[in-house]
Parts: sequence; C-alpha cells; structure tokens
Amino acid sequence: MSTPIKAFIPDPPSPPPAAAIGVVHWLRENLFSNWFNSLLTIASLLLLAKAVPPLVSWALVNAVLTGGPELCDGTSGACWSFIGAKARVMLIGTYPAELEWRPLAAGVLFAGVVAATVSGRCKKRVLTAAWPLLFVAALWLIGGGAGLEPVDQSMWGGLMLSLGLAAVGILLSVPFGILLALGRQSKMTGISSLCVGFIELIRGVPLITILFMASVMMPLFLPINLQINNLLRVQVGIILFSSAYIAEVVRGGLQAIPRGQIDAAKALGLSSWMVTLFVVLPQALRHVLPSLIGRCIALFKDTSLVIIVGLLDFLGMAKAASQDQVWLGHEVEGYVFCAVVYWVICFGMSRYGRSLEKRGPKHNN
Amino acid sequence: MDTQKAVIEVKGLNKWYGEFHVLKNIDLEVRRGERIVICGPSGSGKSTLIRCMNRLERHQEGAIFVDGTELTGNLKGIEKIRREVGMVFQNFNLFPHMTVLENLTLAPIWVRKMPRREAESTAMHYLDRVRISEQALKYPGQLSGGQQQRVAIARALCMSPDILLFDEPTSALDPEMIKEVLDVMVELAEERMTMVCVTHEMGFARTVADRIIFMDSGQIVEQNSPEEFFSNPQYDRTKLFLSQILQH
Ligand SMILES: Nc1ncnc2c1ncn2[C@@H]1O[C@H](COP(=O)(O)OP(=O)(O)OP(=O)(O)O)[C@@H](O)[C@H]1O
Ligand SMILES: [Mg+2]
Repeated sequence: MSTPIKAFIPDPPSPPPAAAIGVVHWLRENLFSNWFNSLLTIASLLLLAKAVPPLVSWALVNAVLTGGPELCDGTSGACWSFIGAKARVMLIGTYPAELEWRPLAAGVLFAGVVAATVSGRCKKRVLTAAWPLLFVAALWLIGGGAGLEPVDQSMWGGLMLSLGLAAVGILLSVPFGILLALGRQSKMTGISSLCVGFIELIRGVPLITILFMASVMMPLFLPINLQINNLLRVQVGIILFSSAYIAEVVRGGLQAIPRGQIDAAKALGLSSWMVTLFVVLPQALRHVLPSLIGRCIALFKDTSLVIIVGLLDFLGMAKAASQDQVWLGHEVEGYVFCAVVYWVICFGMSRYGRSLEKRGPKHNN
Repeated sequence: MDTQKAVIEVKGLNKWYGEFHVLKNIDLEVRRGERIVICGPSGSGKSTLIRCMNRLERHQEGAIFVDGTELTGNLKGIEKIRREVGMVFQNFNLFPHMTVLENLTLAPIWVRKMPRREAESTAMHYLDRVRISEQALKYPGQLSGGQQQRVAIARALCMSPDILLFDEPTSALDPEMIKEVLDVMVELAEERMTMVCVTHEMGFARTVADRIIFMDSGQIVEQNSPEEFFSNPQYDRTKLFLSQILQH
C-alpha cells in the first residue's frame, strides 16, 4: 500500500534580520569595517574640518554679493558681484547688447529641446527632427541674415560658443564616428583601411594640433575663394577629432554582439543594412553608452581649448573679464564660477547617461 | 506528397573550415511536407549542414537548391530564399533590445513590407499558437528559456516560411521546459510543415519524423524511417550511438 500523496506548500517569506539594515549598520559597513577603513575615515574627517570652514567663510560668510568693484576692496571673501557684472560677456561674449534677445531666444529653444530630450516623453522621430531644426534656428538667430541684422562670428563667444561647439560637435561626431566604426569593419579592404588610417591618424595627434591645423594651416592650403571662416574650421576639427575616438568606442560595442544575433537576423531574410541598423547597432550602442557619454563630456570640456586659436569661449571670456582694469584681481571668482557651471552641465550629462542605461529592456539572464 | 518535388536538394556537398573537412560528399533531398530529424555525435557536422541550407555557412563544393534556386554568392537571391526558410537556434537568439512583439514583427514589416497592424495581428496569432500571447510586451530577458524558444518559433512562423530548420532547439533548456517546446514542434509536424530538425530527442524523432538521418565525422552514415532506424540500424556506429543515447 502506498501512502497518500501530499500537497507541497512553500513557506511564506520573512523579513531580513534587523542587524542588516539601519544607520548604525550602514556606518559600520561602509566607514568602519576594519581598522584601516576607520583610520581613513578619521583622517578624512580631520582634513574636511581643516578645509571646509575657510572655504565657507571665503565663498559665503565674507563674500560680497552685490555692488561695484570698490566694495570688494580689502575683503577677505569672494567678490561674487564681479560675476554679476561680467555675466553678460561670459554668457554671450561681445555680442551687441541691443541684439542680445537673439542668443537668449536661441538659448531658450536649446533648453526646450534639451528638456524634451531628457524627459524621455517625446517620440524619437520628433526629436530627430527637432535637433537639426534647432541648429538651423539657433544659427539664424545668432548669426542673422534672412531678415535679421547679421552679427559677425568674431562677436560670438562665452558659454554660448562653448555650448554651440559642443552640441554641434556631439550631434555630428556621434553619427560620423558610428559610420567610421562600421567602415572599419567593412569587408571591402579599401573602405576599412581608409577608416583605420583616418582613426589612427587622428588619434595620434593632440586636439590642440588639430585646432592649429584647422585654424592656421588650412587657410594656407585652401584657395582664396574656398576660404571658410575660422569658427567653422575649428568646429570641423573638433568633429573629426571626437569622431575618431567615438569610432573606437563603438567598435568595442560592435565586437561584443554575439554572432547568433546576426545569424538570427539574417535567417529572417533581413538585408545586411537592416541587420546593422535594427539588430547590431542598437545593442552595440547600448553596450558602450557609458563610454559614449564619457566621450561627449570630454568633447564639451575640450571645447575650452579653442582659446588657443583665438576664440573666446566661456573660460576664455572669464579670463578676459578678469583683466578688466576696474575689476582687477578677481580671476579666482571667474574660474570658480566656470568650474561650477562646467560641473553642473557635465554632471547633468552624466546623470542623463545613467538614466538612459536604466531605461529599456531588463535582463534577468 | 511523395510524388512532389524536393524543396531542399543537397548534391555532393563538401565543406572545409581551413584544412578541416567538416562535410564530406553530402547528398540529401527533402520533399515538401517531409519531417526530417538529423542526429549524430557532437562535432559530426549537423549544425554546419543545416546552416548551409540557408547559407549561414558557405560551402566550397557541390550544390544546394532550395525551392529550385541554387544557393550562390548572390546576396539578393540568398535573402529571398531566407524569407522562405525559417530557422530556430539552440540559444534562441531573440533580439534582447526588442519586446517579444517587436521581435516578431521586425522581419514581416521590413522584409515582407507588411503594414504594422497586420504584422502585429499575425504576430499575436502565432504567439497564441505557441501559448504565450500574454507575454507580447515583455522583453526576452524576462522570459524563461522555454518561453523564449517558443517565441523564437513564433518569430520564424511570422514569415510564413515554406521550410523550418531547427538546430537543437531543446538542448539549452531545463528538463521541465523541453516538453512545452516539443509540444509546439509536434503540432507543427502534424500540420505537415516541412521541417529539418537537428535534435537528440529520440521520442520526438520516433513519433513525428518521416526519416532519420544519422551523421558522423561529416558524413551521412545512414538514413531510414524511424521504425527501421531504431529497430534495425545498419552500421555499428549507429548502434553504438543509439545505445548511448537511449540509455537515459
Ligand atoms: N567556424 C568554425 N571554424 C572552424 N571549425 C569549426 C567552425 N564551426 C564548427 N567547426 C568544427 O566543425 C565540426 C562540426 O561542427 P558542428 O557545429 O557542425 O557540429 P555539430 O554536429 O553541430 O555538433 P554539436 O552537437 O556539438 O552541435 C566541429 O568539429 C567543430 O569544431
Ligand atoms: Mg550543433
């Protein structure tokens, strides 16, 4: 006789033990887990205690927030009124004051498109159209023409110039870099060696050299009637430089795609460009998103090198502003301000990159 | 149906990987509605053979005809044939960045130029058939292996192929999930879908195969109906293989 079959009922889940959660547990786990960590924690606390109070008293307690240059004389604090007085030139350079609504409008449009992109609520198709349109609109607003009074490129500067160079640079060097990476993998040796040659050439030269070449040497070679303006040449230099690095980043992603993915796509009858566009690239780009965002942040920071070829970007304008006879001796405030703005923008890009990584498919295996 | 023409014809096929001779003088015909099982020890060239049938691998000698068209280097011709030949892989190879529904509609939309709505309703129809329609909006990574493989089968079916190739569709699955995939395959076989399956599921072979092909070291050792193949193997190599595989 066999015993009757029993039903299996799993035990209900129970909460974790209290010792595994809470503030004290966190402190012990993260700051005082062993004697060496405890030592490091104490040393860091001492260092902070030394450094923070003077910084606070300089930046906040003794700081001068408003008023003319004379109020800053003899204070031991920061002279933030310098930033207020020079904000215009740091943001838009020597752009004519009576026309400053135009860069402002361009800035508002830019902020709008950025917000729409970051929110993640807009359709990809809308965004793909919005960005190129934004550039046309911004270029028209800032540069004039077609009904607006033209403003010469030599008057563009400040943060506006930095953001413009970076935004155009990112938007063009990412697709160009992807094409280079795909070209490098091409079975046609002509195309692939051309791409390898270009990538290795660019990666072997510092950005400064490329900017110099673009700004100083190119005009010597190009015929007079083919002269393009300095800013455009510099922009092209930045794009070429950045795309070579992006190509290498993307190549890493392309190599990480398992062969089975391509087999499956081909087996469905997809043509090779469809396999690349729908199956390989989306996965490859997702793989390398962190490094890709890193390259974009680097590109934004690298735009500060254009000062070498005589363009006054955000940092360049801060330096120029501190040489004003009336406001002499406040470059520290200018640089701190620049650092904060750069940090906010780069940190924003970094956070946006993180949110992109988290979006999309979840993997359990 | 035996009177019908061969849909796959392999003639004197030879293939090498470098110096290594993987496929040796393979001759094989698959007629419409026929269900073929290919088995053999690991490394005998089963995957290579089946992958030659939709030219995921190139052969160096001999000829393969699918639906009367020879497989050559002509890319456009190959793409046309691949539309009619579905394939299911050991590792599912679903596209992890697309939902189940997107996996199923990609090829119908872009290759067959089917309107999205129609492609989606076809996809839902086949998901229903593999009993998984409630997962349509999930990503492959959220599904179990058995579910993923059923999605992969549905993906192939969405192109309404003439022929389905299976390369060890159940070998990457836990025992509990093998049955759910085999059930779907048996249903397809009962509808007289033309199938070429590389598999070691001898129960499946016994019940649905019209013919079993046994391969070893790149050659077809023998081919026979399931009854004959299991009860009366012609070669000692086949006997040895059967005794090993039927032990468990
Ligand atoms: N791309 C390749 N390059 C070189 N050799 C290969 C390649 N692919 C397969 N081989 C070799 O060819 C032989 C046949 O491989 P194949 O994958 O067709 O075997 P199989 O019968 O499917 O085996 P399994 O049951 O393990 O899947 C094996 O010895 C394998 O090592
Ligand atoms: Mg195999």
